[in-house]
Formats: sequence, structure tokens, C-alpha cells
Amino acid sequence: MTTITEESAQIDETEKTTAPRRRRPATTLVVGLGIVVAIVLFGLVAPFFTQDPLAVSNDGMQGPSAAHLLGTTQTGQDVLAQLAHATRGSLMVGVIVAVLALLLSAFFGILGGYLGGWLDEVFSLFTNVVLILPGLPLMIVIGSYVEQRGLLLIAFVLAITSWAASARVLRSQTLSIRSRDYVHAARIAGEKPWRIISVEILPNLLPVMSSGFVFALITAILGEAGLSFIGLGVVGTQTWGSMLFYAQNGQALTLGGWWWFVPPGFMIAVLGGGLSLINFSIDAIINPRLRNAPANVRRVQKAEKEAGA
Amino acid sequence: MHVLRKLGFYLVALWAAVTLNFFIPRALPGSPVDAVLSKLALRGPVDPATREAIEVMLGADDQGSLLQQYVQYLANLLGGDLGISVTYFPTPVSQVIGQSLPWTLVLVGVSTVITFLIGITLGTLAGWKRGTWLDSLIPATTIMQSVPYFWLALLFVYALSVNLGLFPISGGYDVTLVRPALDYPFVSNAMYYAFLPALTIVLSSLGGWLLGMRNMMVSTLSEDYILTAEAKGLHPRRIMLTYAARNAVLPSVSGFAISLGFVVSGSIVVESVFSYPGIGFTMLQSVQNNDYSLMQGLFLIITVSVLAANLAVDLLYGVIDPRTRARG
Repeated sequence: MTTITEESAQIDETEKTTAPRRRRPATTLVVGLGIVVAIVLFGLVAPFFTQDPLAVSNDGMQGPSAAHLLGTTQTGQDVLAQLAHATRGSLMVGVIVAVLALLLSAFFGILGGYLGGWLDEVFSLFTNVVLILPGLPLMIVIGSYVEQRGLLLIAFVLAITSWAASARVLRSQTLSIRSRDYVHAARIAGEKPWRIISVEILPNLLPVMSSGFVFALITAILGEAGLSFIGLGVVGTQTWGSMLFYAQNGQALTLGGWWWFVPPGFMIAVLGGGLSLINFSIDAIINPRLRNAPANVRRVQKAEKEAGA
Repeated sequence: MHVLRKLGFYLVALWAAVTLNFFIPRALPGSPVDAVLSKLALRGPVDPATREAIEVMLGADDQGSLLQQYVQYLANLLGGDLGISVTYFPTPVSQVIGQSLPWTLVLVGVSTVITFLIGITLGTLAGWKRGTWLDSLIPATTIMQSVPYFWLALLFVYALSVNLGLFPISGGYDVTLVRPALDYPFVSNAMYYAFLPALTIVLSSLGGWLLGMRNMMVSTLSEDYILTAEAKGLHPRRIMLTYAARNAVLPSVSGFAISLGFVVSGSIVVESVFSYPGIGFTMLQSVQNNDYSLMQGLFLIITVSVLAANLAVDLLYGVIDPRTRARG
């Protein structure tokens, strides 16, 4: 009796020491969320307070000053105002693409993985083919054939070239969940396939899907920036990529206008970094080995040191 | 069996790319003939004969059914006929591609290999020394990963070329000094011009390799066979390299497909920043000039190159991972 209570007491003790650590959110997650929230707020609120981003004036290529906090473009437009509107545009494209990509990857990945058979063969062949075809050249070809490039068209083009990687991940996860006992039990109990997918399988895929969503957001914003930078972006909407396109065409590099091309790229890099930090902590939640490994090694080192002393 | 399956997959992928290339122009609004005509119309009125001539030139005059056009298109492809470039009229598309392909192959190929080697080495070390200060480097590399290629290129051009004058602003070699030939002056000059584009590609794609390798190392190091190897008293370096790294590198190798697509896409935009005379820059010129046959030829070549590189890596995978051979 006593040994059992001693053991359970020990277990309680270890749980006490590890539990608060687990509940406290990782620093990477806090920093990442902070960055992303700040940029989203900037994109949502700032456009109401800035000057007209398209208003042309006579003071072109002016460095940062009190009147123009981030200087002006070659035609005298306010860079800060453009940046605010571009943030809104880029975020909008990113979110639409990420949602579309998530839906596509869930459809092909989960459905194929769950149903199996020839459907799975066809779906995964399709996924792998889309995965291997280089995205940007395809986007360039499609983008150059369409003269009226609206927001939805660009978002759709970006989405069909970026869903495949997470579909593959979702498929392999679904395959491993499908053969677990509780799914078998649900099937024997006579539950319908759509109910098994949405109630038994989908909740277990949420961490993987959220990581895929964040990744799709980064890819979409980077992809849109690349497409806009070569002049094939959304017509009439300002994004970070279109700012860089106009900066390069307006000779910002050779005229020394760093205030024009540094901010948009900086925003992309910082937002991407923030999203990666979020993804990083999601990864650590999904894969406990990644989370515990550094701490375990430290514990072993500490023990060795104590043993040596 | 394994090899046959792989070959079959790449054939399907190739067919998909070729078919996409055929259907995109026919499914989307806007025709190359109209684009060229509207350009000509800027200089003066265009008579119907010109329109017919352009239709013949661009191969848009065939009246057959879609299936007949498709068969004709496949036959042309097999014969290496990709049409005539409008930008470099009357040079055939295949010749234009032949001139620009070596530049991109060398630039992207060399910088990808360098990135892979550096990333795998650093990732192995970071995974091996997990729990030390090296872990704090990981967030830094993830931020590097999300820096747009072309923006990094712009920064380099601004800082190193425009302000300090250390490197050329654009181009693939100095036209006034050397001519393309396989001799020392040309190769050294071309390397000097390729340094900044290559540096951009290496820096912005390094993070992915490093992070992937590090995470796989951390997972692999907690496997039982690592513990056994340690218990046997094997040398730590031997455990790190032949026991952990060899197994941890496998996902990186098989993930080559995805990363190569990224690198190729990134290099297209990088080439446009440096006006580097490769495939990407040529593709952008074809976009600006509504040169549809050149654009589609380039899309096909890029896709075929990516497929070929992946096929090579897949065959190599069988050498690295004995399990794939045993199963087949």
C-alpha cells in the first residue's frame, strides 16, 4: 500500500512541476501573435488616418519628414499612406488565398485519405502533380493571358498553386487516424462517413490544419508580392508587391529612395517572421519531441554536472 | 518496380504540364493575335492581310477541332518546334531558350547545391547541440525564410552595388570586356556578376533546409537505436553522422521537390531585379511584349527541368535509403 501511495505522490509531484510550464504559452507564440496582431491592426485602422495614397504632389522623392513620415514617391505620393493601404490589400489577398487553399487541401487530403481505394490513388496522384509543377511560372502564364486581373482571380490562381503540400500532410495524418480504435468503433456503430470525418477525424486534424493555414498565409503573401513585383498582380489594388513594382520602375534604387522600397519588404519579412513563430509553436505542440528535447538535454547535462560535482 | 512507378509518375506530371500549356491560352479570355494587333495599331491602321499574316505566324489560323489542334501541338513539341518569338523576331523560341537556359541552370543549380550543403550541415549541428545557444538561432532563420527573394536582392543592389560600387548593378557579364566563351576571362567575369544573385538565393532559401534538418535530427536523436549506439560506447561523431544524420536527412531529400519549385520561382524574380540573362528575365520580357509562344515555351522548359531534377533526386533517394530498394 505504502509503495503505491508513494509512487502516486511522486507522480503528483512531477505533474505539479511540469503542469504550469505547459500552461504558460511559449514566448515564440506570444511574440508571433503580437507581431501579427500589430500588422493586422495597422492594415485595418491606419488607412482611415493617412493621406490619400494616390494624391500626386510636387515634392517627389523626398526623404522622411514631418509632413511625410516615410517620405514620398517619385510622383510625390505619401509612402506611409501607400503602405497602410498596401497592408490592407496584401492581408486581404493572403487571407482569401489561405482559406481557399485550406478548403482545397482538406477536400483532397482528408477525403482521399479516409475513403481510400482508387479515389485516393487519383487524388494523391493529382496532388503530387500539382505539387511538383512550379507555381510562379504557371501563375505568370495565367496572369498574362487575363487583362482584367481582379482580386478574386489572382487569389484563385495563387490558391490552386499552393494547396498541394498541406493536402499531402493531411492525407497521411488521416491515414493514421482512420485506423484508430475509436474510428473503427464509430464505423461499426453505423455512423455515416461524413459524420465520422467531421466529428471523429476533423478535430484531431485541427493542429495540422492550423499550421497549414498559417503556412498558406505566408506563401500567399509572398506569392502575391512576387506576382505584383513583376507587374502581374491585382489591377487597381495596392499591395506590398505593387509598391515594390512601382519603386523599382520609379528608379528608387538608383535615386537612393530607400524609404520607398525598404518598408513594404520589411512588412512582408516581419509578418512572415511573426507567422513562422506562430507555426513554430504549433509544431512544438503537435510534436512533443521537439518541445521536450531541449529541456531533456538540459536536464541530462544538469544531472551529469551534479554527478560530477 | 520502384523506379518504374517513379517514371510513370513523372510521365503523368509531364503530360499534365504539356496539356495545361495547351489549354490555358484556349480557355482564358484574350488572344495573342489581338495583343500583337493592338500593339501594331498604336503605330497606324492595320489592314486585314496583316491580321491573317500574324495569325499564320502565331499558329492561330488552324480551323481544325480542338482534338486535331492538340495532336498537331504534340507533334510540333516532339519535333522541338515551339513557334516563333515575337520579341526576338524571327528567332525560333527554342533558340531563344537555348541561349538563356545555361545561365539559369548554372545559377540556380550551383546556389541550390551550396544552400543544401550548408543548410544540412548547420541543421545537423543545431539538432545535435539541441538545448544550447544554437537553439536561439532558429527563430532568426525562420525570419530569413520569409524575406521575399526579390526584396533581399533590392537591398543588396542598393547597399553593395549602388552605394558601395562593389558589385555590378545588372547583367550576366560585362559586354564591353568579354565575349561568351569557355575561357578564364569570361568565366571569372560571369562569376563576379553571378555572385549577388547567388547570394540572394542562398540566404533566402537556407532557413528551410536548416529548420527541417534540425527538427528531424531532434526527432531522430530520441530514437531507441541512438540510445543503443550511445550505450555501445560509439564515438559521438559516428553517432551524429552515420546514425542520426543519415536517417534525418531523408525527409529533406524527398522534400526536394517542393523546395526546388520555390527556388525556381524565387530565381525568376531575382533575375528580373538583376536583369540576369536567364530564363526568368526572358520570361518577364516575353510577358511585357505579349510574346505568348516564348512564354509558353519557357513555362514548358522550366517545368521539364524541375521534373528532371526531381527524377534525379528520386533515383538518388534509392541509393541513400536502402529500404526503398528492399521493398521494390
